[in-house]
Amino acid sequence: MRPELVELAQRIVTEAGLRGATDCECVIREGRELSVSVRLGETESIKQAEGKSLGIRVFRGQQAGTTYSSDLHWPAVEAMIDSALAIAAAASPDPDAGLPEASEMGVSAPDLGLYFPSTAMIAPEEAVAWAQRAERAALDCDPRLTNSDGGGFECGEGGKLLVNSRGFVGAVRASNCAVSAVPIASENGKMQRDYWYSAARRLGDLESPESVGRKAASRTLRRLGARKAATARVPVVFDPQTAASLLGHWLDAVSGESVYREASFLTGKLGGMVAARELTLVDDGTIVGGFGSAPFDGEGVPTRRTVVIGEGRLESYLLNCYAARKLGLRTTGNAARALAGAPGVSCGNLRLTPGTASPEEIIASVTNGLYVTQFLGFGVNPVTGDYSRGACGIWIENGSLAYPVEEITVAGNLLEMFRNVAAVGNDLVVRSAVSAPTLLIEGLTIAGS
Amino acid sequence: MANFFAERYGVQAAELERYLAAALSRGGEYADLYFEHQASSSLTLEEGLVKSATQGISLGVGIRVLSGERTGYAYTDDLNPARILRAAEVAAHIASGPAQRQIAGLSAADLGQRPTASLYPVAQAATDAAMAMKLALVRRADRAARAYDPRIVQVRAGYADELRHILIVGSDGRCSSDAQPMARLSVFSLAREGAQTERGSAGGGGRVELEFFDQEITPEQLGEQAAREAVRQLSAVACPAGEMEVVLGPGWPGILLHEAIGHGLEADFNRKKTSAFAGLLGQRVAGDQCTVVDNGTLPGRRGSVNMDDEGTPTQCTTLIENGILKGYLQDHLSSHLTRAQATGNGRRESYAHMPMPRMTNTYMLAGQHEPEDIIRSVKRGLYAVNFGGGQVDITNGKFVFSASESYLIEDGKITAPVKGATLIGNGPDVLTRVSMVGHDLRLDQGIGSCGKDGQTVPVGVGIPTLKVDRLTVGGTGA
Repeated sequence: MRPELVELAQRIVTEAGLRGATDCECVIREGRELSVSVRLGETESIKQAEGKSLGIRVFRGQQAGTTYSSDLHWPAVEAMIDSALAIAAAASPDPDAGLPEASEMGVSAPDLGLYFPSTAMIAPEEAVAWAQRAERAALDCDPRLTNSDGGGFECGEGGKLLVNSRGFVGAVRASNCAVSAVPIASENGKMQRDYWYSAARRLGDLESPESVGRKAASRTLRRLGARKAATARVPVVFDPQTAASLLGHWLDAVSGESVYREASFLTGKLGGMVAARELTLVDDGTIVGGFGSAPFDGEGVPTRRTVVIGEGRLESYLLNCYAARKLGLRTTGNAARALAGAPGVSCGNLRLTPGTASPEEIIASVTNGLYVTQFLGFGVNPVTGDYSRGACGIWIENGSLAYPVEEITVAGNLLEMFRNVAAVGNDLVVRSAVSAPTLLIEGLTIAGS
Repeated sequence: MANFFAERYGVQAAELERYLAAALSRGGEYADLYFEHQASSSLTLEEGLVKSATQGISLGVGIRVLSGERTGYAYTDDLNPARILRAAEVAAHIASGPAQRQIAGLSAADLGQRPTASLYPVAQAATDAAMAMKLALVRRADRAARAYDPRIVQVRAGYADELRHILIVGSDGRCSSDAQPMARLSVFSLAREGAQTERGSAGGGGRVELEFFDQEITPEQLGEQAAREAVRQLSAVACPAGEMEVVLGPGWPGILLHEAIGHGLEADFNRKKTSAFAGLLGQRVAGDQCTVVDNGTLPGRRGSVNMDDEGTPTQCTTLIENGILKGYLQDHLSSHLTRAQATGNGRRESYAHMPMPRMTNTYMLAGQHEPEDIIRSVKRGLYAVNFGGGQVDITNGKFVFSASESYLIEDGKITAPVKGATLIGNGPDVLTRVSMVGHDLRLDQGIGSCGKDGQTVPVGVGIPTLKVDRLTVGGTGA
């Protein structure tokens, strides 16, 4: 982070103190992005930008106020400090509000291998070439791939600086890049679309665009001729992507914010069995190069490794300082700091520990069931765990993938679903901060014709 | 009337011409500048405490250059002329060649131009005095929810508003500015009985001033709605699974139209022939009682704007007339490439985003049937009256939307409330199964948001009570 921004942040914290804040926290974000899309071989769009923004949180005793802006000129910043203080004066005293204790703050590791300057500096022409290669590889796979929603490439970098009045100063910078393809197949007047992408911190770690394009093509082609399935109660095999979406719902449920609000189906279940013994779920914000890694969290607390579920038992919630105080626990270094508002909770790298069965073995173990590859819609109730989502995938008959299905729903309850996990695959695929292997879950309701 | 950006940031006509010239310096055919200043404030009352209160400002300019089907886009959050000029040069690179287009001249008077429509009041920027009034609203909502029933154990009430100033200048001489207010009040509640906890939520708002919450939708109504939903869910039975008759209540269930047909009729998808609706213009896609419009000109509505984010005035566009597909939702690029009329649907989330065809307020016109007769006509089915989110795959046409409040219909009567369920169907044919349309058209309460390509914009939906003869209901019950 540029030294003048560190100076600015420190000046803000000092100035807020002079104007009456008992504590102050300042976050500055700076970033650069390039994203391109191509369609049917031609460049469709190129977008480039740089931006920065500032968030201030002040306390007057136990009352907090926050402001944010993209205007970093000092007169505007002074006005922000004043309005944050005015907001704090109108807020309610909250005994659990406040910055972390000095002893709680720090960084887990000085360098987590998140930043590669050459990846952040890729030129538009090179980006277009990557996107074109991915799209062409997809469309070359089969004559039924007649149209395209495009190939894409994006890269960029983001920096975050966090300074507070209790002495914390932390900066982190990360680069990222991704390549994608979205081919469209058509047969008998019906179209299908699917996609694939690869993402990495460093260009050299991306899957080749040809590999991304071919996977996108095969995912699209296998959907041709999809039909509705009959309404039934069957076992469902979740591929690593749809399994990761389940972890996303579990992340909401283990977040201390939902727990102290009693808006989680896991409220009051700490220490109890909440899942099959085969399930171990670990959050770790310190993995080198991880998509969810950072040396410190949104409040300046070091990130760490937390076993959330150990062999089926709920070992820990994920907590920021506020949720921890509400629950009489200690922060787990999972504070998320958006520019606006009080810190929330997020994961580092949340991963389900892989099992021993291959995905092929898991599919082979199912006589009659669904292999689900994509969900549609938002039918999840985090309070009760009730779950009902639109889905598509491939029907399994006698252990083999038989035919594609669509326009169906998969319904159950998240807690029962984790208790009914019958197999965990050995194929953990890491493409984002939340990752899972293939999962087999018994007793879900499919609604169709 | 003086322009906001001229007054506050010294933006001048001559400078704007210079930016546009730089944007077209490499042979682009059209360029526009989108200046945006958005002031937001929000506060949340939880456990009776104002835990979170925020004010913020987002400021920047987006520069777009069109060259055939190509778009170059750059933005900056610094209004320093050197930074804007650099962004214009970056965006210019989408084309390669010598400059071909003249920039239409601008005068200081052009900068003062406003759209002819005036659909909403222009609120004053939030002040400390206003903060106390907003606080009073969330406290009233909180009280009403708690007073509704002793089983209500948690209430969270939030108020948020914004005032967005925009200035749009195009290389064809278009120059227009607008000030767009927005406010919303929302309530979330939890009810508990024994070991069972259920949630309820409600919200309302629009492009309105604070008086709206005294006159149109009160905090007490919203608090009660949220509490009633949570308490009602305590006695909900498992939702049935499978195909059945579905009656949608008036208002928010109009999300059916948004997901099932609205997205599929956005012109970008149809120009690229990636939509299941591509090539269906003039064909029957709905029952003959169905007429569906997208109307950006309803005063004060959340989905309304005086002009879209490309400077085109909004209008009422007929999408389906008596069951026949009539039109698409156009932005500047798609209408230009397909030689169609722009419909005022080119919208964007902010200066950091490219515009694209988006819905405004999408609804079905009222029909002839008594709502009671519609319910009475159903032997066994679902009556869905409130919804959460939805999603569509525009290529195969499959859509889903999730009911947060619904009931069984047995022998023509509404009986037990059911747990949340997802409805799934096929966009191009779901409306052909609409057999009864009520006379009770209603619009939603003004909290809808729509996501597309990572961009969120405010929208509205509405329907009268209507019956779909066959739709798949995704529950867990028999």
